[in-house]
Amino acid sequence: MRNPLAKKVVGIQPSGIRKFFDIVSEMPDAISLGVGEPDFDTPWRIREEGIYTLEKGKTFYTSNSGLKELKVEICKYLKRKVNVEYNFNNEVIVTVGGSEGIDIALRAMLDPGDEVLIPQPSYVSYLPCTILADGVPVTIPLQEKNEFKLTAEELEAAITPRTKVLVMPFPNNPTGSIMTKEDLQPIVNLVKKYDLFVISDEIYSELSYQGEHVSIASFEGMKERTILINGFSKGFAMTGWRLGYACGPKEIIEQMVKIHQFAIMCAPTNSQYAAVEALRNCEREVQEMREAYNQRRRFLMNEFKRLHIQCFEPFGAFYVFPCIKEFGMTSEEFAMRFLEEEKVAVVPGTAFGDCGEGFLRISYAYSIEELKVAFERLERFITRLRAEK
Amino acid sequence: MRKQILKYIEKNSKVDLSELAVLLGSDIVTVANEIAEMEKEKIICGYHTLIDWEKAGEDKVTALIEVRVTPQRNQGFDRIAERIYNYPEVTSVYLISGSYDLLVTLESKTLLEVSQFVADKLSPIEAVISTATHFILKKYKDHGTVLVKKAESERMPVTL
Repeated sequence: MRNPLAKKVVGIQPSGIRKFFDIVSEMPDAISLGVGEPDFDTPWRIREEGIYTLEKGKTFYTSNSGLKELKVEICKYLKRKVNVEYNFNNEVIVTVGGSEGIDIALRAMLDPGDEVLIPQPSYVSYLPCTILADGVPVTIPLQEKNEFKLTAEELEAAITPRTKVLVMPFPNNPTGSIMTKEDLQPIVNLVKKYDLFVISDEIYSELSYQGEHVSIASFEGMKERTILINGFSKGFAMTGWRLGYACGPKEIIEQMVKIHQFAIMCAPTNSQYAAVEALRNCEREVQEMREAYNQRRRFLMNEFKRLHIQCFEPFGAFYVFPCIKEFGMTSEEFAMRFLEEEKVAVVPGTAFGDCGEGFLRISYAYSIEELKVAFERLERFITRLRAEK
Repeated sequence: MRKQILKYIEKNSKVDLSELAVLLGSDIVTVANEIAEMEKEKIICGYHTLIDWEKAGEDKVTALIEVRVTPQRNQGFDRIAERIYNYPEVTSVYLISGSYDLLVTLESKTLLEVSQFVADKLSPIEAVISTATHFILKKYKDHGTVLVKKAESERMPVTL
């Protein structure tokens, strides 16, 4: 029998820390700080709307690009939040999570050999999705001394004549780093200078703790160069509903709708109706969650100070990214020993790119009480490590 | 700062002040001073504990009593409300819009005690026109806290 598999797919490395994850899931008594989704339930009014639409039998396909009502609400929301105006009719597509948006945006924009700039550490799907779209991923290692922000120098050094797309993953998973208006301006200048396009993954936009989130699409001349990706998973605590959206120039969105139409048909109808309620009436719930995350964030920063662990202060998402280089171990060794000796799971920074070496991703999508227990164990663990040295 | 403090301690008045300062991005002196000020100004009127008495094995009867009254010249409902809220077994008295005037909640040991209170104390007040007493059978949620057991979270331990 001949090989049934495509080289392109086989060549993609599965996440190197799969083994670590498997060990965690077989330790039921371990406590985890490794989760990438909110600990809050989806606000009840959203769930109730989901139930109601099921009762009403609203279970048919929607149009390919999404329910009109939802697209209208998405446009109002983006106008309100980031001051970018989109036409609901041809500049918006509702996707199966933000992740589908990333995938189809890359597929719609890349020809073989086109280069995609991917700042790292960052979410794990940009790189394989680029390869699957026949693009060439070019990673830009971000640095702790810049608080893991993308700088103009780093960007310019990575640009080649083949560069077509820049992925902007802010607020960032795993570092929690954000890009302010001042941080973005020099990036915008380069994007225009080199005639690039941007895929801006703003899935954590609601979780910004230093002023309002700024979208790169809101800069003059950037709306026509940007695919803005967002969704309901993080800010609205709706991970399992699998619902996101992409907005951008109609020429690109049109092609994305084509791919989406043949691959997916449409995003789940039930989730779309629930999301209408989320955008219309859940400002208060989102605000409450944001406040709770912010309190936990402050709590953790204080704990790092107390334990003398180096960690820059992140202002976005629900992650902190402390440096563990002082212990002379790789991130994976540290995480493995921490798990074995204290039964606490954290994610090695290397899961998000080689430049994550020497760092850990700690999620604060946990209650203060849970965080306290975990940090007591961390204190015990590092005290032991420091004594060993 | 005051609003943030109040919002937090409304749900958890037991919080350690230095911890509260960290959570709110403030310092302990500011937080402690603000709380002391608000206690003095009676913005903070007291600290309660939310107890599931049923679980504690303590028999308690909670009654909600709707009371219709005739307001009195120059004093409206205040004087009648005072006559009612001075009884220690009365846990709250609200003036209500709608088909009756005062909502009185009462905590007692037995149904008999409640009915005696209504018959001997409440109804004889000359301004009271009528009463309707409701007994609470089960508390699902109290002071914003759900008292019935919640399902365990089914989040996977690690996701990227």
